[in-house]
Amino acid sequence: MISRRDFLKSAAKVVAGASIPLAAIEILAPARVHALKTDSSIRWAFLVDTYKCVGCGFCVKACKNENEIPYDANVTRTWVERYVLTKDGKLYADSPKGARDGFTGTKIDLGMGHYQDIKKEDIKKAFFVPKLCNQCDNPPCVQVCPVGATYQAPDGVVMVDRKWCIGCGYCIMACPYGVRFFHPKYHTAEKCNFCYHRITKGLKTACVQACPFGARQIGNIKDPNDPVAKAITTERVGILKSEYGTKPQVFYIGLDEEVR
Amino acid sequence: MVHGELWTVKELFVTPNEYIYWSVQIVMYPFMTGLVAGAFVLSSLYHVFGIKALKDIARFALVFSFALLFAAPVPIILHLQHPLRGVNVMMTPHFTSAIAAFGIVFSAYGAIVASELWFLYRKHFVDVALPLKEKQDKTPGEWFKFIIFCTLTLGVYDISEESLHRDEKAIKVLAGLGIPVACFLHGYAGFIFGSVKANALWMTPLMPVIFIMSAVVSGIALCMLTYILTMEIRKYLACRKQSPTYSPECREEIKSVEINVIKMTSRYLLFFLTFAISLELLDLIFRGYTAVKSWDVLRSVIYGKDFTDIFILQYGLGNLIPFILFLTPGITIKRAVIGVLLVLFGVFMMRWNVVIGGQAFSLTFAGYMHYHLPIIPHNMETLKEGLFGALGVFIMPFVLFYFMVKIFPVFGLKESH
Repeated sequence: MISRRDFLKSAAKVVAGASIPLAAIEILAPARVHALKTDSSIRWAFLVDTYKCVGCGFCVKACKNENEIPYDANVTRTWVERYVLTKDGKLYADSPKGARDGFTGTKIDLGMGHYQDIKKEDIKKAFFVPKLCNQCDNPPCVQVCPVGATYQAPDGVVMVDRKWCIGCGYCIMACPYGVRFFHPKYHTAEKCNFCYHRITKGLKTACVQACPFGARQIGNIKDPNDPVAKAITTERVGILKSEYGTKPQVFYIGLDEEVR
Repeated sequence: MVHGELWTVKELFVTPNEYIYWSVQIVMYPFMTGLVAGAFVLSSLYHVFGIKALKDIARFALVFSFALLFAAPVPIILHLQHPLRGVNVMMTPHFTSAIAAFGIVFSAYGAIVASELWFLYRKHFVDVALPLKEKQDKTPGEWFKFIIFCTLTLGVYDISEESLHRDEKAIKVLAGLGIPVACFLHGYAGFIFGSVKANALWMTPLMPVIFIMSAVVSGIALCMLTYILTMEIRKYLACRKQSPTYSPECREEIKSVEINVIKMTSRYLLFFLTFAISLELLDLIFRGYTAVKSWDVLRSVIYGKDFTDIFILQYGLGNLIPFILFLTPGITIKRAVIGVLLVLFGVFMMRWNVVIGGQAFSLTFAGYMHYHLPIIPHNMETLKEGLFGALGVFIMPFVLFYFMVKIFPVFGLKESH
């Protein structure tokens, strides 16, 4: 019969002996193993030249068709905002139906059925700002998903698994840019994914292809010869809502401080 | 139609995808978990700290907390777009998310309450099961009762003085352990909101503490209310002439016990209410004083659009008036009932003003969203996330309590824990 003292002694020896070789083994997180295995030479980034945008809404139309977002549903993966600053210091902004049909009139949509017509001579400045998912480097939506149904690919694009999303809406609440919504048909969280099915095949995103003025561009920020990467690194570009620490990867040329 | 579009009205500059996605059921969720936590803390005040005055209400509060526990996850299930996938949270919990631990915290808490209940009612189970075991020809009803209580004893029939003493110790430990877990369960509901950096109204480290304090307030209030209701029924039964226990003295006795318990409990209610209000006001003052970028829109919501909801309904009707009612000397049962009803309403409005108020303004800080609660249901969505869905969730614990009392009687037990 082994005594308690002997048992403890031998047990301590076994633990000490086993821990020496075990110390050589490193425990890797699944995400790190994935990162080691996959090609990390790509990091998708987006460049918007707001000077070139005229608010035609072709990008929104193209996106809705490409990504099967019901055409008449009042949600969209990308949209265009119109900003009008008047001489008396007021800001008017709208994006009716996400600017799907373009900004064809001068009336600003104030919501609840009200419109405001602003005279040309009262305008200080006015411009359009296209919006889409920022594919943040530190995405709050991925952080808050309770089931891991939304995730970030090694190339930076954030996606949603429609088969696993429970539809709690926490990611929608967590996004400071309002790019997320519930898909009217699948009832899962939905967002812009830079047309992942296209860019991974060497194509441009639907919105980039549809833009007649080249206001939207997509590129690989890790490739020094990529024209978009060059523009982002050499020109003066801005990002949206830097105060949230999300490190957005959609860069804007000609960003105004009034842009929300 | 897009989820949320039905009850959201947009004003001024709101981005296309913004709607009030978290509607009335998400108001109910912290409200219900708050009641769970509060009821448990109330029962623990007696079991752990030995506050004798709360003895009568402690057992009652524990059983009620257990009934509430089953109702707490229902609002979330009703809110989920894919309710059947809710179990995914347990299968692949993503621990960077505040919601991921819900299943774990909730089950842990449930296990604590269930085991405390078992220790508390073990003797009762044995007392019921043993005579039935002896009995020869049992009716089907008795068989049913026998099987239930026999199962509930878990095979332990030792009810000697010594083992009952050990039970008491176990109850004390479990109740002590339960307090931090109950606070965690609810503080964590506050964390779900407080950690959303994209929402200017929600993001504050005070949120979990505010939630815990108001949870305790609401839990105590609900226990007081249900306690008064059951005592009134007992009083009514005691003074019915045909009843076997009829005696006018008995009625007076119940009445004096009742008012005594209510007096004691309301002191704790006021104590926690003061804490909750102080923290909420601190938060408000701090926001106004620091006046960061979001303050302009927050101010217009707090002092403008939601003024009635916040200052009249929540602080005025829900906090100030109950304060006066409870602090005025010579409290009566009627006044206490009005007081606790108003307190419950005030806590509900606080949840409402956090959840709905937090979505009352756009991410652009230049637009507003108005919530219109669906009242008459015309499809599944408006039933689940409408007035009737919310009422159903609120009534559920009372129905459960009715059935639970048949197994865990809260009155008329001789032995005292």
